[in-house]
Amino acid sequence: MTVLRLSGITKRFGPLVANDAISFELKRGEVIALLGENGAGKTTLMNILFGHYFPDEGSVEAFGKVLPQGDPRAALEAGIGMVHQHFTLADQMTVQENITLGTEPLWRPTLSRANARERIVALSRDFGLTVDPGAAVASLSVGERQRVEILKALYREARILILDEPTAVLTPGETDALFKTLKLLVAKGLSIIFISHKLHEVMAASDRVLVLRGGKLVGERLTADTDRRELAALMVGQEVKAADVSPVRSGAPLLVLEGVSTRRVNGAGLDAVSLTLRGGEITGLAGVSGNGQAALAALLSGTERPTAGTVAVNGSPIADWSPKAALGKGIARVPEDRHAVGTIGDMSITENVIAESYDSARFSRHGFIDWKAARGFAEQIIRDYDVKCPSPETRIRLLSGGNMQKLVLGRALDPDPVVILASQPTRGLDVGAVAYVHARLLEARERGAAILLISEDLEEILALSDTVVVISKGQVSAPSKRGERSIRELGELMAGHGEAA
Amino acid sequence: MDALDILFTASFWVAAIRIASPLIFATMGELICERAGVLNLGIEGIMTVGAFAGWFTVYSGGDLWTGVAVAALAGAMFGLLHATLTVPLGLSQHVVGIGITLFATSLTYFTYRLALPQVTSPPKIEPFQPFAIPGLSSIPFLGDAVFNQTPLTYLAFLTVALVAWVLYRTPLGLAVRAAGENPSAVEAQGISVNAIRIGAVMVGSALMAVGGAFLTMSAFNSFFFEMINGRGWICIALVVFGSWRPGKALLGAILFAAFDAYQIRLQQLSGGVVPYQLFLMMPYALSILALILVARRASYPKALMVPYQKGER
Amino acid sequence: MRLEPKPAPSLVMLLLYPVGAIVFTLVFASLLVLLAGASPFSVFFLVAKGAAGSQFALFETLTRATPLIFTGLAVAVAFRAKLWNIGAEAQLYIGAVVTVVLGTGALPLPSILLIPLIVIAAMTAGALLLLGPALLKTRFGVDEVVTTLLLNFIVLLFVSMLLEGVLKDPMGLGWPQSQKLIAEARLPRIVTGRRLHCGFGMALVSAVIVWVIMKKTTLGYEMRAAGNNAEGARFVGIPVNRVLMKTALLSGGLAALAGFSEVSGLKGNLTLDLSPGYGYSGIVVAMLAMLNPLGVVVSAIFVAGIFVGADAMSRSTGVPSYIADVMVATALLSMVVAILLARFRVRWR
Repeated sequence: MTVLRLSGITKRFGPLVANDAISFELKRGEVIALLGENGAGKTTLMNILFGHYFPDEGSVEAFGKVLPQGDPRAALEAGIGMVHQHFTLADQMTVQENITLGTEPLWRPTLSRANARERIVALSRDFGLTVDPGAAVASLSVGERQRVEILKALYREARILILDEPTAVLTPGETDALFKTLKLLVAKGLSIIFISHKLHEVMAASDRVLVLRGGKLVGERLTADTDRRELAALMVGQEVKAADVSPVRSGAPLLVLEGVSTRRVNGAGLDAVSLTLRGGEITGLAGVSGNGQAALAALLSGTERPTAGTVAVNGSPIADWSPKAALGKGIARVPEDRHAVGTIGDMSITENVIAESYDSARFSRHGFIDWKAARGFAEQIIRDYDVKCPSPETRIRLLSGGNMQKLVLGRALDPDPVVILASQPTRGLDVGAVAYVHARLLEARERGAAILLISEDLEEILALSDTVVVISKGQVSAPSKRGERSIRELGELMAGHGEAA
Repeated sequence: MDALDILFTASFWVAAIRIASPLIFATMGELICERAGVLNLGIEGIMTVGAFAGWFTVYSGGDLWTGVAVAALAGAMFGLLHATLTVPLGLSQHVVGIGITLFATSLTYFTYRLALPQVTSPPKIEPFQPFAIPGLSSIPFLGDAVFNQTPLTYLAFLTVALVAWVLYRTPLGLAVRAAGENPSAVEAQGISVNAIRIGAVMVGSALMAVGGAFLTMSAFNSFFFEMINGRGWICIALVVFGSWRPGKALLGAILFAAFDAYQIRLQQLSGGVVPYQLFLMMPYALSILALILVARRASYPKALMVPYQKGER
Repeated sequence: MRLEPKPAPSLVMLLLYPVGAIVFTLVFASLLVLLAGASPFSVFFLVAKGAAGSQFALFETLTRATPLIFTGLAVAVAFRAKLWNIGAEAQLYIGAVVTVVLGTGALPLPSILLIPLIVIAAMTAGALLLLGPALLKTRFGVDEVVTTLLLNFIVLLFVSMLLEGVLKDPMGLGWPQSQKLIAEARLPRIVTGRRLHCGFGMALVSAVIVWVIMKKTTLGYEMRAAGNNAEGARFVGIPVNRVLMKTALLSGGLAALAGFSEVSGLKGNLTLDLSPGYGYSGIVVAMLAMLNPLGVVVSAIFVAGIFVGADAMSRSTGVPSYIADVMVATALLSMVVAILLARFRVRWR
């Protein structure tokens, strides 16, 4: 029995076609994996399905009825539940408040709290989603928050559950638990769509795979009839070839952390971390988001100071630490969030590329900026990095993610840095841009820079890194050389089991 | 009379609660807006509108309660304008708020001059009279201080209870609070963030206007220029001081008003040795001080002043 | 409804939308004029005539524009760095107080020394007055909008206290006003017989200097970056808090110049009605100019023209002169919408 049918969904954002005539059906008790790279149009499609966006063409049918467009409530009432990648929870409110929000008529004079609590407890028992209804969401772990999101859908008696990149924030162990829950749900007759770009999960948990690329549905396979290689090829549109990595030529230690601790930064802080980055090496930092990556990135960027321990760059210990000091020591920084941190959206490309050196003798004299030199630098990066843009005066906000990242990279890598911090450097980029960024990082490695690659994408880490360390709860594991640890072993470390450094 | 003895007279507390009443209305109004995620700096102008609209309705022959209703309605209309610009259009809440204050104030003055071109001294109306609540008003001290006020004061206290109930005990309040904490949580549950926020700003603005109307219809009996005199800005400080909770904000308003009433009496006691302006400065200085004291540990609604677009996360 | 960014808007579009905002303002004002029982066309004609219909009118408009240029610049500079200085009114009065304190005979110096000294002292006072709220913002996280607003009331009471106390003119027949400035402390008139004074020239020079600072210097760059994306600015090493302090000093100093120029150039003494809200009108002036310092000059003259013209019109038609305030506030609100529409496309679905 078909529970959900999408026909001819098309969605344009200006000149960009995010979804191009996409049609498919979901059957009762079926698990569909929607596979595609970042930017392939998966999230847009789900936003249309759920009524956040209006499609330009096409329609969505649930249980035989066409859903009115752009109306999340209609989707909810038709029995569609969605677990967003970025949780839609109000942190200061309780689990129960978050779950019951919007489930009662707004004009009722009271909340039926006892009743709601009972139902939530029953649901969490039935589906193995343990969570305290009275707890404030702020006090929950990431895994628990996801359970709350699923409970939200179940509380509304959803028959179709959509999960957007559900495992991005989970440890391998939590991922297994999630897949068990999904099996229980399917057994009760629910249908599931889960969105992912991780092949092994798709293979492990789905019945059928739909592959999106560049906004088009390019392939549909029964999971049993396909393999990872075929899916990967469909996903990127060509045979995937691993980045060409030359043999490592390790140099001197260029960045040495000894027993360094920091405050909490978007998750855990560092807890007595010792780490050495050597010249000519890419060191990959694997881990589940929120385990101290942000703190380590902030430390290297100069925005966070160590509360304990010592940091030495190129042999000399740091004293007065700040972004300026970090730049002065020759640390290049590619921040995780290029929109909020890496660029200043409403300023021009020229103004952005000089941001780290506007007060150097190169770009200013006596407090006056030399705009000619600045523009020259912008033109140089645009040329060298093949940035697509109308002119150096374009506001940087208007560029695509890939072009923006090229500018950030160009700014950071000039002049040749000693240490490079690349935090999630390819998140949200298309295949071409990813390959470009990787190539540039490898080039810097050839030149002898020490590179720290922080990524949540284990495949990226494994492909590029000469040395891998795993971070968990603010502590890092002992380093391992390329190929020394299996994915399974790394997973164990990511979950916080296993040896400490 | 000794400076401390003042605190133990019923007449002092009568005055304090009278001074608190308009602040209570307007503070609750601002609190609702901010709880939904919108800073409403139109408050000063909207109070001016309410003060004029309520008074003018009565002056033109309407009864007092009609005046209150007209003031609320006028406030809601300016709230709608504020919300249209700041919620779906996502414009800067600072700039729009100041703009609404300038717009509302100047429009009020224009209308006043248009309606009463010739008057030199502002005409008077018959305002709300104190109403002793049978039974309660005979409680010693407390009865005189609290239960012998005008009906609008009782309404102010009732408003606090109502706002607290709605915010914490109803599905609507849940949605309003969530809109101020994480709007995407509201949208994901099928409720329109825009509708919640626009509604909150309209209701909040209506309360601000009633706060203004209290001045012309209960505390005094006529409308004059610049009569709001920064009370709106003080209410914004009171919301912060009250940690965005109705009960605490009420307490803050009463404390503040008691202080204000006290400085007026001290002013009389000082016999003109100390310049009266120093006493008049105190409420404003006190507001700044209160902000400094609580700002560090203030738990702002997370999405305060953050515009939301559908489908955004 | 959604907002989608438009690609770089053309110059024509950037000019078209402000014009649209002005047209909307005129239409709205027409409705009020009709309500007042007058004809919009004759009223607007009278406003225009009152503002620019004669040499006298034009000079009056420029005179009125002078303090607005200063407060407009003060706001433009501060808003650019997202320092919400709503306290230009207070800074203006502090500047005026300093002018009176130093300019009524306390310092027997020739003009050439006295005036620069007063200017520096007035600017310092205004700068320090805004430094307080700026420090409270960066140190304690206290919203500067509320503190600067509340300071307006405190400072006005302070001025009132001075005018009834130490600064009171003993010959003032009991009015709360200060003594007259000595001749050496007065700014000369530009044309004899007209009220327009050298303060206007100072305002123009200030606008050019502020423009240079914003466009050409590292400080201006830092201010724009900090205002646009504070986190991003911090990441690249811009000391955002220190930049905010510098912004506060510059903004407060500019606003104080308005007070200096009104006292020294126009009024000659300090009274409590020195400013009919120039500090608040400065916000409108700055927004109409889209925070561009040179644009501030144009919009200040425009806003001043409305006020001067409306006064003249009101005397002959009986339409309340508050129409000018309504128009200015309407222009502010329609302008922010216009700027939005110039940069974003509204998609209704």
